[in-house]
Amino acid sequence: MRDMSSADKHKETYREEAYELLADLEVALLELEKSPDNGELIGRAFRDLHTIKGSGAMFGFEGIAAFTHEVETVFDLVRDGRMPVTKDLIDLTLSARDHIRNLLDLPETDHNAAGGEILTPLRKLVPRDAEETGTGDSASGHAGDNMTYRIQFRPGPDIFKKGINPSLLLNELRTLGPCRALAYTDSIPKLNSIDPETCYTYWDIMLTTDKGINAVKDVFIFVEEDCKLIIEEICDAGKFGEKFADKKVGEILIERGFVTQGDLASVLGQQRRIGEMLIETNMVSPRKVEAALAEQQHIREIRQKEQQNDHQADTPSSIRVASGKLDSLVNLVGEMVTVQARLSRLSAFKNDPVLLSVAEEVERLTGELRDQTMSIRMLPIGTTFSKFKRLVRDLSKELGKEIELTTEGAETELDKTVIEKLNDPMVHLIRNCIDHAIEPPDIRSAVGKPAQGMVHLSARHSGAYVLIEIIDDGAGLDADAIRAKAIEKGLITPDDELTEKEIYSLILAPGFSTAKTVTNVSGRGVGMDVVKRAIDNLRGSIGISSQKGIGTTITLKLPLTLAIIEGLLVNIGKEYFVLPLAVVEECVELARQDAANAHGRHLANVRGQIVPYIRLREQFIIQGEGPEIEQIVIAGVEGHRVGFVVDSVVGEHQTVIKTLGRIYKDIDGISGATILGDGTVALILDIQRLTEIAEHEEMKAQAGSKKLQSLKEGDN
Amino acid sequence: MAKTILIVDDSASMRQLVTFALRDAGYDVVAAVDGKDALGKLSGTKVDMVVTDLNMPNMDGITLIKQLRCGAGNKFTPVIMLTTESQEAKKQEGRLAGASGWLVKPFTPEKLIEVIKKFVK
Repeated sequence: MRDMSSADKHKETYREEAYELLADLEVALLELEKSPDNGELIGRAFRDLHTIKGSGAMFGFEGIAAFTHEVETVFDLVRDGRMPVTKDLIDLTLSARDHIRNLLDLPETDHNAAGGEILTPLRKLVPRDAEETGTGDSASGHAGDNMTYRIQFRPGPDIFKKGINPSLLLNELRTLGPCRALAYTDSIPKLNSIDPETCYTYWDIMLTTDKGINAVKDVFIFVEEDCKLIIEEICDAGKFGEKFADKKVGEILIERGFVTQGDLASVLGQQRRIGEMLIETNMVSPRKVEAALAEQQHIREIRQKEQQNDHQADTPSSIRVASGKLDSLVNLVGEMVTVQARLSRLSAFKNDPVLLSVAEEVERLTGELRDQTMSIRMLPIGTTFSKFKRLVRDLSKELGKEIELTTEGAETELDKTVIEKLNDPMVHLIRNCIDHAIEPPDIRSAVGKPAQGMVHLSARHSGAYVLIEIIDDGAGLDADAIRAKAIEKGLITPDDELTEKEIYSLILAPGFSTAKTVTNVSGRGVGMDVVKRAIDNLRGSIGISSQKGIGTTITLKLPLTLAIIEGLLVNIGKEYFVLPLAVVEECVELARQDAANAHGRHLANVRGQIVPYIRLREQFIIQGEGPEIEQIVIAGVEGHRVGFVVDSVVGEHQTVIKTLGRIYKDIDGISGATILGDGTVALILDIQRLTEIAEHEEMKAQAGSKKLQSLKEGDN
Repeated sequence: MAKTILIVDDSASMRQLVTFALRDAGYDVVAAVDGKDALGKLSGTKVDMVVTDLNMPNMDGITLIKQLRCGAGNKFTPVIMLTTESQEAKKQEGRLAGASGWLVKPFTPEKLIEVIKKFVK
C-alpha cells in the first residue's frame, strides 16, 4: 500500500501511452477502411493493439489485456493474410477501441468487463480454417489426472554458486501435490575434507500431482542442464491397481536398476524382510532400500486417498428436482423446527436426562437439516444477470444509445424465491438507467464522456444480506429537479430541509417522475414505487447515491433467504414480537422518569444522541402498563436510528417465517409470523413500515413539517 | 524482514516496472542502470536476489554475473537475467557465467514474481 502513489503514477503513464496508441489505432483503422489492402496500416493497427495488450498486462490492467488480446488475435490473422479487411471488421475494431478507452477510464476493479458484445461478432468474422490455430489451448497437455512421478535429482556440485538453493526446489515440488523426498547423504565426505560451497546431497522424490509432467519439469527448468535429473512416471492416471499397491521392495529396487532379478532370487531363499536381506548381502545401500520403502509408502498413501475420492465420486453431481417439492420440504422443515423447539422446552421442563439427550440430538439434527434445506434453495444470481444483457442490448438499440452492461459477482447465491421476485424490479431499474440515466451518444461526447454508456451490475454477500448494485455512468440524479417535483406533487413542503439522500429517496414515492418526456420504455412514474414495493416485500431496502454528471448507483440490500429470519425476540405484556436482527443496532433502557422528562415527545437520549422512538405498546394498542424500566431496541431504518419500545428483550431467535393468512396479510407493520417453542405465535415486525406509519401519523398530527424532522433528525 | 532485490536495467521504463512489481509484492528494491552502477551500489553488501538485463552500456549483464560470482558478498546470490527470445546464445553464456535463471521478455509482473519465488524464500 505504501506505493500506491507510485503505482498510480505508473498506471497514469500507461493510460497516457494507451490514449496515444488508441488515437493512432483509430487513425490507422479509418485509413485502412479506405485502403483495406495496405499492409503497413494493418501492421500499425496490430502493433498498437499489441503494445496496449503487452503493457496492459505488465501494469496490471488485466481486463484490458485480455480484451485486447482477443482483438489482436484477429488482427494477427489479418496480418498473415488469412482474413480480409472488411467494413464489419473495421466497425467492430473501432468499437473495440472505444471499449478499451472506456476500460482505461474505469477504476481497475471494474476491468473484468468482458466486452462480449464486441468480441462475439468479432470472433464470428474469423474464417473457420483460420480459427483452428487461433484458439489453441496452450495449457500443459497432460494436466488433469493424478500421476505419480519418481524424480531422481542430483544437483551439480556447483549449484550453490549459481545462486540456487535445492531445498527451495523441493519446497516448490511440494506445492504440486503429495510429495516424499529422501535425501542421500552418502556422498558427503568427512568433515575435514568438506568444501562448504559444494553440494554433495542428492534426492529421490516421489510426487503425485495432477499438474502434468510439464509442471514438474518447470520446477527444475533452471537447473536441468547442470544436474542429473530423471523424472519417470510410475503409474498412469493415478489409479494404482493391486499390482502397484503390493509392489515389493525388491521389485522396486529392480525397476530402479539397483539390483538384478538374480540378486533378488538369491536372497529370497531366506525368510526375512527383503530389504534387510539385501542390505546384509551388501547388494544395495541401506539408504537405497529406504528410498524404495518410501516409494512403497507413498503409493500406499496416495491409493488410500484415491479410494476415498472414488467413493465420493460415485454420487451423481446434481439432480433436477421440481421446485414445488423444495418448497414443501422447506415448509416441513419449518414445522419440524417448531416442533423441535417445543420438544426442547418440554424436555427442559421435565428435566429427565434421557429425554434431554434425545431432545439435544433432535435439536442438532434439525439445525443441520434446516441449513441443508436452505442451501438447496440457493441459486447463483448469474442467470438473472445474463438475461439483462439482452435487455440492455435491445433497449439501447431501440433508443439509439450505446450502452454496455458489465456484471460482477454472478456466482453470488441467493434464495430461489428472492431471485425470482427480483427479476421485475431489476428490469425496471435497468430500464431506468438506459432510458433516463445514460445520455444519447452525442450529448455524452459533448460533455466529454465516452460515447458508450456503461451499466454495471454487481452482487456480493454482506452478512445475512446480498447487496446488488446497479451502477451507471449517466447524467446522475438532479436533486433540484427532484425537489421541485416533490414540492409540486405535495410530497414535501418548500421549507422542508432534506439531505441529498432523502431527496433521492423521494423518487421511490408513488407517482413520481422527473422525466420531461414519457417514452414507451419508462417515465410514467409508475416505475420506482413498484420497485420499492417489490424490494420491501423481499424484506430488502433500496439505497440511492448519485453524482450529477457522473452517474448513479442504486443499491439493493436483500436477505439471503425469505424462509428464515434471524430475529430478536421481544415481548410486550403477554405478546411476543420478532424484530429482524439485521437491522437491530443496540438495546438501551428507558426509565419511565426519562420518558416523562421528554415532555411527551418520543425522543430518547442515547449517549448524547437524540433517537426518536415508537412505543409499540401504543402502536398495537396493547392493554396495561409497561414495566418501570422498558427497553428500546434501536434499529437502523433507511440510514436513521429509530427506537422501538418494548417491555423486555427475550433474546436472539432464529425462526422460520410463516406467512400470515389471506385475511391478515395486508396488515401494516407486520411482515409475518413465527411459532415459538411453546406454541405461541410471535408476529414479525416490519420495521420500515412501522417507521413510515409513525412518520405519517406525526405528519398528520402536526400539519407543519417539523415533526417529520424530529424523527429524522435523530440521526444528525 | 523484507528481502532486498537489485534490479539492473538501462531502460528506465523497465526499471520502473520491475521496481513497481517487486515493491508491490513486498520486496525492497535497489535499482541500477548498468553493471558498473550495480557493483557500485552493492559494494560488497549482500542482497537476496539480482535481476539483470543483459545488454547494457558500461558493463553488461554477463560481466556483472561473473563479477558477482567472484566477489564474496553475493557469490551465492540468485541472479536472474532478462533475455529476449532471440538471445539463446546469450542465455548459455549467462548460465556458464553463473546465472541462476532467466526470464524472457516481455513478461508479466506475475511471471516475474513467480520466478523470483523460485529463488527467494
